[in-house]
Amino acid sequence: MNYQNSNISSNNFEQCIKCTICTVYCPVTAVNPEYPGPKQAGPDGERYRLKKPLFYDEALKYCLNCKRCEVACPSNVKIGDIIQLARLKYSKKRPGLREQILANTDFMGSLATTFAPIVNTTVKLKPVKKIMDWTLKIDSHRTFPQYASQRFTTWFKRHAAKHQAELPNQVTYFHGCYANYNYPQLGKDLVKVLNAVGYGVNLMEKERCCGVAKISNGLVKQASRDAKRNLEEVRRSVAQNREVIATSTTCTFTLRDEYHHILGLDNSDVREQINLATRFLYRLVDEGKIKLAFRDDFKLRVAYHTPCHMEKLGWSIYSTSLMRMIPGLELIMLDSICCGIAGTYGFKRENYKYSQAIGAPLFKQIADLGVSVVACDCETCKWQIEMSTGVKVENPISLLAQALDVERTKALNNIK
Amino acid sequence: MKYETIIIGGGLSGLLSGISLAERGHKVAIISAGQSALHFSSGSFELFDSAENPLQGIASLSEEHPYRKIGLEAVEHYADAVKDIFARAGVKCSGDKNRNHYRITPIGMIKSAWLTLDDYATFDSAEELPWRRVALVNFEGYIDFYPKFLESCFAKRGVDCETFTLTLKEFEHLRESATEMRATNIARVMTGDILSKIAQELKGRIGDAEALFMPAVFGMFDDEAVTTLRSMVRVPLYFIPTMPASVPGVRTQIQLKNYFQKLGGVYLLGDNVTEGVMEGGRLKSILTANHGDMEFEADNFVLATGSFFSHGIIASQEHIYEPIFGLDVAADAHRSEWYNQDLYAHQPYMGYGVTTDEQLRCKIGGESVANLYAVGSVLASQNAIVEGTGGGVAITTALYVADKIINA
Repeated sequence: MNYQNSNISSNNFEQCIKCTICTVYCPVTAVNPEYPGPKQAGPDGERYRLKKPLFYDEALKYCLNCKRCEVACPSNVKIGDIIQLARLKYSKKRPGLREQILANTDFMGSLATTFAPIVNTTVKLKPVKKIMDWTLKIDSHRTFPQYASQRFTTWFKRHAAKHQAELPNQVTYFHGCYANYNYPQLGKDLVKVLNAVGYGVNLMEKERCCGVAKISNGLVKQASRDAKRNLEEVRRSVAQNREVIATSTTCTFTLRDEYHHILGLDNSDVREQINLATRFLYRLVDEGKIKLAFRDDFKLRVAYHTPCHMEKLGWSIYSTSLMRMIPGLELIMLDSICCGIAGTYGFKRENYKYSQAIGAPLFKQIADLGVSVVACDCETCKWQIEMSTGVKVENPISLLAQALDVERTKALNNIK
Repeated sequence: MKYETIIIGGGLSGLLSGISLAERGHKVAIISAGQSALHFSSGSFELFDSAENPLQGIASLSEEHPYRKIGLEAVEHYADAVKDIFARAGVKCSGDKNRNHYRITPIGMIKSAWLTLDDYATFDSAEELPWRRVALVNFEGYIDFYPKFLESCFAKRGVDCETFTLTLKEFEHLRESATEMRATNIARVMTGDILSKIAQELKGRIGDAEALFMPAVFGMFDDEAVTTLRSMVRVPLYFIPTMPASVPGVRTQIQLKNYFQKLGGVYLLGDNVTEGVMEGGRLKSILTANHGDMEFEADNFVLATGSFFSHGIIASQEHIYEPIFGLDVAADAHRSEWYNQDLYAHQPYMGYGVTTDEQLRCKIGGESVANLYAVGSVLASQNAIVEGTGGGVAITTALYVADKIINA
């Protein structure tokens, strides 16, 4: 037996000094004793798995890939990546129909938007929820996201596309499945803000789902296929000097980091040109390249929730700094903890209970504050918080669009 | 991004520098690569352990020692000042800079300290304890607590100790994963009704014990669980530190961080500073892994990155170096000189760290960087273990540098 081969990993698990700080901040460990915890599941387990794959523990499926272990780790160990890669490499559980349905957000989205009124009504019906629970193990307590009857891309082509080239600067918008199928208003809001500061918006010729749901549901081949297509589109855009921006933290994080870390695709040539919309805008303001003017009559008390992948990116400062520029907006920071849904994780029957237990302290804090709106850059956090608290959740870009004085902003930036 | 001061490192010294500046309206950001060593702090801070009167001990240190650099007067001043800062942040502790007290360690040793969190019992002598009979409580299935060692600690000093184990239904759930039954996971369930239940269980079993001891598994986010449980038990209730991660240590970190943020400070966690941009003997800005080419500019910078444990100082096979700026480091040239074969002997590497001028400003090639200060355990010429000065150096140098920046 070659001991060296069984000891060397492409991950930096040997940097782990067994301090257990990751476990302190793991949202799953706090509520689910079946989960071995990030240290055991990650670097500790990796050492064994390298020797013999039979040491793989199927309980790793409870990891919700929030990466809060990585943020907490004082030794910079990529604990979350180690766990994700182990799941993909060793798990014997093959993705079933449920995983296919939950993971194919783009395919399901294009079907559902076509029949939106029927789908939206149907998935709200109790008997339908029960049937999904029995047959698919999709928890009946979960409220399904609503589908839009007109996709963002359709709206864009009809109402916005032809004016974009008139603007002096250009970007490409990676709208993601959510803005396209569920909440086109977010895309419209971004177009409104960007156009007002002189940036024309372009869409990719053929945008695919970023693939995060496919990765977490074990559909790596499909995810890689989509990722390669998206990277081609990103490269085409960058070649035309157009930065790619997204309104979803998870899409941004997946395109920038998971493509490389999990799918093994080299995106280093374009990684820095993939940006979150709020970071893109903040930099332009910070560098004095654009100016924003806000309506005098806009008044709102907002609490900001930091999505896990935002915490990992370390970029919440851009979203909150932008919102703080709005004179009528009072911003309160919520404790940075996981809301519990983690994309498709919280839809699954076996996870629902834990998903709600993880988010409980956050829901309580929101209820106690009595704010009218929670701001957050992640769509699945939005579903979870809206379902669990009844408080409306808005992307900071939407709040910016609502507060923006478009005419004055255009004038400040010399846009006709 | 522009701040008045940027602090690299978010542990005890980084947070205290940040708090001291933010309390005076300074615009401060802290950038921290992961969580800090406070998570391993049982909750006692040492000023100078190897003398009964810490201040007298400090006077005997070499002139290169951080305490001597900032001066005995400054040490005294900041040793008092930090108590008020802790109080404002909600960290409850007590101690006297002129006289060390004693406390019990996780494995039943008696050690001296300067400041100790109110969770723990403190006393005046290492040989005599202030009780004749005590009761010791553990929780079934909890592995990071050693009643036998503690019993022997009490017995050696003539104290009768009765130990019992509580079995709680709420713990069945935790016990399903034995390896994860750690202090911090237990602390998460120690709220509300379970506290009353514990108090009820204890009622009939305290007997004539004068004090009650339990593992420190209460109050991770604030000290509410500690206060509540104490109010329900008729004898003084004290906690014994556990194996890490330490619940009172995590709480101290969270309280200081929350207070810093409440003052308007920006705390960026999980990011690594990759390089500095120098301009005419000054540090103009820094770049980080998360923020790419977005520069973080500041008038002043504070290096609070810690020692080897926190990667503030790194040892490769051949070199000992400071990884961000390549600052001047005090260290012996040859690996063979770094350590002593006898584990318990003086270990030279413990004294390695960045060298500074009299104002704790870092140096590159022998020249001071005008606006880059170092605080805490990244500083050279201290030996936290031998001297028992870790907490004190972190605290006093942090507050000293904050004042230097304000008065500059």
